[in-house]
Amino acid sequence: MSLVVDLFLEFTLLAFVAFGGATALLPEMHRVVVDNHHWLDDTTFTHLYAIAQAAPGPNVLVVTLIGWKVAGLAGALAATLAMCLPMSVVIYLLYDRWESFAGKRWQRAIQIGVAPLAVGLVFSGAALIVQSAGLGWAAWVLVAFTVLINLRTNLHPLWLIALGAALGLLELV
Amino acid sequence: MTAEEFNAQLGLCQFLPGPNVVNLAVLVGKRQCGLAGAVVAPLGLLGGPMLIVLILGWLYDLYGNLPLAQSMLRGIAAVGCGLLFAMAWRMGMAIKDKWAFLPFTVLVVTAIAWLRWPMPLVMLAGLLLSGGLAYWRLGRR
Repeated sequence: MSLVVDLFLEFTLLAFVAFGGATALLPEMHRVVVDNHHWLDDTTFTHLYAIAQAAPGPNVLVVTLIGWKVAGLAGALAATLAMCLPMSVVIYLLYDRWESFAGKRWQRAIQIGVAPLAVGLVFSGAALIVQSAGLGWAAWVLVAFTVLINLRTNLHPLWLIALGAALGLLELV
Repeated sequence: MTAEEFNAQLGLCQFLPGPNVVNLAVLVGKRQCGLAGAVVAPLGLLGGPMLIVLILGWLYDLYGNLPLAQSMLRGIAAVGCGLLFAMAWRMGMAIKDKWAFLPFTVLVVTAIAWLRWPMPLVMLAGLLLSGGLAYWRLGRR
């Protein structure tokens, strides 16, 4: 039970710094779950990210998977709730006030200031998964190919994920 | 709800921490049905996908150790990294005044990916510096 409580508390804390959504949280989730608590190992963390990526639905669900793997169904519910609830409450209470702040200098400054930090977080998440997954040169080609296709075409990411799964199954990456 | 109202709410959700879609569902639900809507909307949004993810997690428990599953997940993870890098690139390109603000991106990557510093600390310091610079520049115009 204390494991579920720990999980809930850690993810509640994470929710307050999740600028840029759950994706930006990957590095910090890795730090907490793998490095600090040793709840999961590197490979499992990478696998859970891959599963969440392939599954339909919002990317916050990687949190559900991590909770599931750490502490079963209770863990999954606790982690998801911890991630979603704090800001939902804040936003519920804040929204009416927020409109009166619109266009204020400090509000615009935060908005501008947060963006480059969020970019750094997402980039760090990608770098971390690359490290944890222990990719070979062929996989690097696949990473580069994915970046290129995703930026240059409108191809749905699911096709790329299917390609990755197929290449993986054939032991090509 | 009009498109402008939706955009304003989306803007707030992207600005605040937490999962954007969940925050947005809370706001839309609140607007339509008050507190009940704010509770039900995110549940409806997450319920189905969560069930699917839990089934996948259960399958992973059962079969995750098979070499075949591991290979497949490695391939998907590689594509996942590519998608993340592409997302970071797109977000970076959307920033105005790149010379002023992209250095903060470099600082965050150094602190988080390389030095592995705790994120709450990095974000707080980063927000003070980067937000401070933005505040100062807004005042100059």
